[in-house]
Amino acid sequence: MAQKNTLPGFNLSLGYALLYLSLIVLIPLSAVFFKTFTLSWTDFLEAVASPRVLASYELTFGASFIAALINVVFGVLTAWVLTRYQFFGRKLVDAFVDFPFALPTAVAGIALSAIYAKNGWIGGLLEPLGITIAYTPLGVIVALTFIGLPFVVRTVQPVLEDLGAEVEEAATSLGANRWQVFYKIILPAIWPAVITGFALAFARAIGEYGSVIFIAGNMPMLSEITPLIIITKLEQYDYAGATAVAAVMLVISFILLFAINGFQWWSNRRYSSIK
Amino acid sequence: MTSTTQYSKYHSKVGLNQATSEPALVRYSLVGITLLFLSLFLFVPLAAVFTEALRKGIETYFSALSEPDALSAIQLTLTAAAISLPLNLIFGVTAAWAIAKFEFKGKSFLITLIDLPFAVSPVIAGLIYVLIFGAQGWFGEWMSDHDFKVIFAIPGIVLATTFVTFPFVARELIPLMQAQGKEEEEAAMVLGANGLQMFWYVTLPNIKWGLLYGLILCNARAMGEFGAVSVVSGHIRGLTNTLPLHVEILYNEYNYAAAFAVASILALLALLTLALKTYVEWQSAKNAEGIEREIMERVIKD
Repeated sequence: MAQKNTLPGFNLSLGYALLYLSLIVLIPLSAVFFKTFTLSWTDFLEAVASPRVLASYELTFGASFIAALINVVFGVLTAWVLTRYQFFGRKLVDAFVDFPFALPTAVAGIALSAIYAKNGWIGGLLEPLGITIAYTPLGVIVALTFIGLPFVVRTVQPVLEDLGAEVEEAATSLGANRWQVFYKIILPAIWPAVITGFALAFARAIGEYGSVIFIAGNMPMLSEITPLIIITKLEQYDYAGATAVAAVMLVISFILLFAINGFQWWSNRRYSSIK
Repeated sequence: MTSTTQYSKYHSKVGLNQATSEPALVRYSLVGITLLFLSLFLFVPLAAVFTEALRKGIETYFSALSEPDALSAIQLTLTAAAISLPLNLIFGVTAAWAIAKFEFKGKSFLITLIDLPFAVSPVIAGLIYVLIFGAQGWFGEWMSDHDFKVIFAIPGIVLATTFVTFPFVARELIPLMQAQGKEEEEAAMVLGANGLQMFWYVTLPNIKWGLLYGLILCNARAMGEFGAVSVVSGHIRGLTNTLPLHVEILYNEYNYAAAFAVASILALLALLTLALKTYVEWQSAKNAEGIEREIMERVIKD
């Protein structure tokens, strides 16, 4: 298929895309690393590994992990229900799954804290049981579950839709029960999508700021997320310290992004080779 | 995402087949659990926004929306979206053109780089522009000499908004244009069209729904962005406050009714976004079906 491409505009379009990418994204992002390199090793360590910052990593990564797990369970369930069952309002529910993408995070934050506060609709029900959600780490998990909700649904849903009925019918006629069909046929088919959805929800959650700060309470060492640490350092004019923490977060985000893209590439190849 | 609706008709049949479906009790409980979960996380928060907004009556509601600070916040939000959308639209089309229609080294690396802004925390997206244009930043001295402000001013807000919405259009167009191939454009060129004609009459009609889809998502994020804008804004009321920042200020002043009133505007925008998005998905699925049918008919005729 090596032939001359007759279409115009390759140099222009690629050149413009690269220029714009560099100006808006790459050069500004590189500033984080240049600024971090001006710090001495001890200053860097003090900025990124003080007890308060370490506590914030624990909360951010722990809450993001739990929220992403919750989204795996309910995301697979939602995708399953939306693709397999007919019920009243199915299309509306399907459209609404993307609501967390469409709703500004600040609005989500104040709405969730209003509901889950002690005098809120749901918080009021949980209060007698001794469960407090708003202004505790549980509140962080609730907010992160909200913003990560669409990811697993939207990665698993197309795979479930594409899954031919023939395999399931074959398995059933060979004597498999529904549970075996799910466990041996459906689960192996959807797990790459589940992992991808989990990783996307997790990656989104660790950087999240707007929806969390209203419901978290933001107590140092207890309910303070890492993005808030960056903001706090900035407000104290500690630019170098803020940037050092940002650099740590960036490196982790980049690793996640490349891992996700690599994994998708791998599972696509695996999928098409099966086909 | 756009292709999901095409298959649902086929698969609703699977649900009816008894051998490959679950007992009614299991079905109902699964649907019930799902709806309960989604209600707790989606519908209840949405209802709460409007309930809280109207708690002190319709008059308080409208006065919160019509006070000068709210109006200037609306204006700034619209301005930021109006600048960042076309910028990212042009980028999305050019990047997708180069990536989908040509082969070159490092293509998949480039696609990953385009995704970068989605992987970056919004707070860091704001921080990077402070590092460059802030008083202590790379251009800080030059800018204070020339009395030009980016940080704590509108250009910073536009830049931060552009950064966080950067990938939307490109991400939508790249897979779409890759799937469409380049035969149609090549035919146009062979038949004597110039580059612009080819783009206008062949490419654009093919990608219009994907383009619109990307723009809708881009717009929703641009108008709703909080973290990145919060870092560069400086929160100057009536001057550098966008709608989401205005919500935060009112909320922190314990002026809940007004905060939720402004938030309800953004919630309505989110609902409008979902409606438009669903409509575009439906249209593009219909389009794809139409093309498929056309091909089938042609095959049958031959």
